[in-house]
Amino acid sequence: MPAIEILGLEKTYMIGFWRKRPKRALRPLHLTVEEGEIFGFLGPNGAGKTTTLKILMGLVFPTSGSARILGHDWTDPAIKAQIGFLPEQPYFYDHLTAHELLNYYGQLSGVPAHGRQSRIESTLQRVGLHDIKRLQLRKFSKGMLQRVGIAQAILHDPKLVFLDEPMSGLDPLGRREVRDLIEQLKQEGKTVFFSTHILSDAEALCDRVAILHQGELRGVGAVETLTSAVLGKVEVIWQGTFVPASMKALGAECHVTGDRVRAVLPETQQDAAIDALRRERIRLISITPLRTSLEAYFVEKLQHSETSVGTTA
Amino acid sequence: MSARIVHIATNTFREAVRDRVLYNLIAFALLLSGASILVGQISIDIERLVVINLGLTAVSLFGIVIAIFIGIGLVSKEIEKRTLYTVLSRPVRRWEFIVGKYFGLAGTLVVNTFFMAIGVFGALLYVSHKFVASDASVFVALYFIILEFLVICSLSLLFSSYSSPLLSAVFTFSLFVIGSFAGDLRGFAGMAQGITHWLALGTSYLVPNLSAFNVITSVAHGQSVPAQLILQNTLYAFFYSAMALSGAVLIFERRNLK
Repeated sequence: MPAIEILGLEKTYMIGFWRKRPKRALRPLHLTVEEGEIFGFLGPNGAGKTTTLKILMGLVFPTSGSARILGHDWTDPAIKAQIGFLPEQPYFYDHLTAHELLNYYGQLSGVPAHGRQSRIESTLQRVGLHDIKRLQLRKFSKGMLQRVGIAQAILHDPKLVFLDEPMSGLDPLGRREVRDLIEQLKQEGKTVFFSTHILSDAEALCDRVAILHQGELRGVGAVETLTSAVLGKVEVIWQGTFVPASMKALGAECHVTGDRVRAVLPETQQDAAIDALRRERIRLISITPLRTSLEAYFVEKLQHSETSVGTTA
Repeated sequence: MSARIVHIATNTFREAVRDRVLYNLIAFALLLSGASILVGQISIDIERLVVINLGLTAVSLFGIVIAIFIGIGLVSKEIEKRTLYTVLSRPVRRWEFIVGKYFGLAGTLVVNTFFMAIGVFGALLYVSHKFVASDASVFVALYFIILEFLVICSLSLLFSSYSSPLLSAVFTFSLFVIGSFAGDLRGFAGMAQGITHWLALGTSYLVPNLSAFNVITSVAHGQSVPAQLILQNTLYAFFYSAMALSGAVLIFERRNLK
């Protein structure tokens, strides 16, 4: 059973004060997310990622379409007990402490009273906030609020976790911790659906990604598949700063960094390059076939759509 | 009652009692009750009348200010600050949220009224040195003030469910002022002719009849409040609040939280 089935969800807002005109925030979207996977929802700002999440959370009503979450209709309130949600740039009741806030959310999610306190303690520990649990949230930094946001999303042990830009506002260490946490959630068998525009995070974490642009799905697939396309080039790295003339003759683009040289050349010249380095008695460090990155795939999808729009226009 | 409504109401209550503005308003109300002692002392033979009049008016006015001030932000502030997102993404129905918010604010006002009432009775005891049987009517006046708060809470919540805090405050305060003169409006409708008659009559029934809750003057004069009026006002307040709350729920159920 898929964790999420999005069946043609569409959203059009009416904008303008006097003369209202339609603005399509989301074109009919069809998407399936399997149970137990980390799914990245990628797209530039304003692509429709947050709109999709808000529709799935019941915060915004779609113009048309439907969805199923964990096999149930997405409007069924009961299903929300099995869902965790971190909104983008979360803000919480600032008169509460982190402990009180989690207690309130635990009550609303139906976490039984007898195990709630220990659950709160362990969740705060998990997000690194156990030592400041009595501090009112108004005194929290942006990064700390993000951690509270993650804590409230996983407090009730949901099967499916939606995270909207979870790395936003975090320092490099915090981002690393959130990445580790997302991986832990996957190991626990949970499904994680997260939106981001930071591609390195998606590439490092996701099993599959979908790319959304201008409210339209541009591509979807496994990260491994999308990044395994061989470009017909190899990357050769050797020790030293010397670049033999024969390497240049093979059409290599060479860059010297520190005490290493990195050269990119056609795959067909690979053997000739190795021979040239041997002749010069240069120490070879590595030869790697160049593969496309998620970033390259992402840019290609966005450029393709813009070209199509330009052609159509 | 759903447990979720109780949790939302408790959180609303906690939020309100941790707001420093609330304490300032209560302090002002108590100060005004205290001031009634001074005014009472320079009013020969009518000390009790002045203390009850001024004290209950202070309780009513400051309670209304608290109801409007907190009520207008109950929903709009949650949308603006996006705190609502993490509530409605849980197994909470939208109507439960509205009803929970209402009970939270109503609870805050009942507790506030209790403390302000202690101030009024304290002032009364100070000037009279004893309580008399007719003072029991003060309880009825306080009960009516609470009923008035319930109506104002529901109205501020209704406006808060679709407009900004500033507009909600303007709308609620306007209705409070018009509602306080609803009796006069009905009197005017009785005298008017044609379309003016129907317009005035329609408006007088649409706006809350808050003038019916104001028994402060008669209580201050030691008059008792008829049981029929107590029943009538109770039913009216519950019915009017239920209607306003239903309106808030209907609007909020359809609202996109952008």
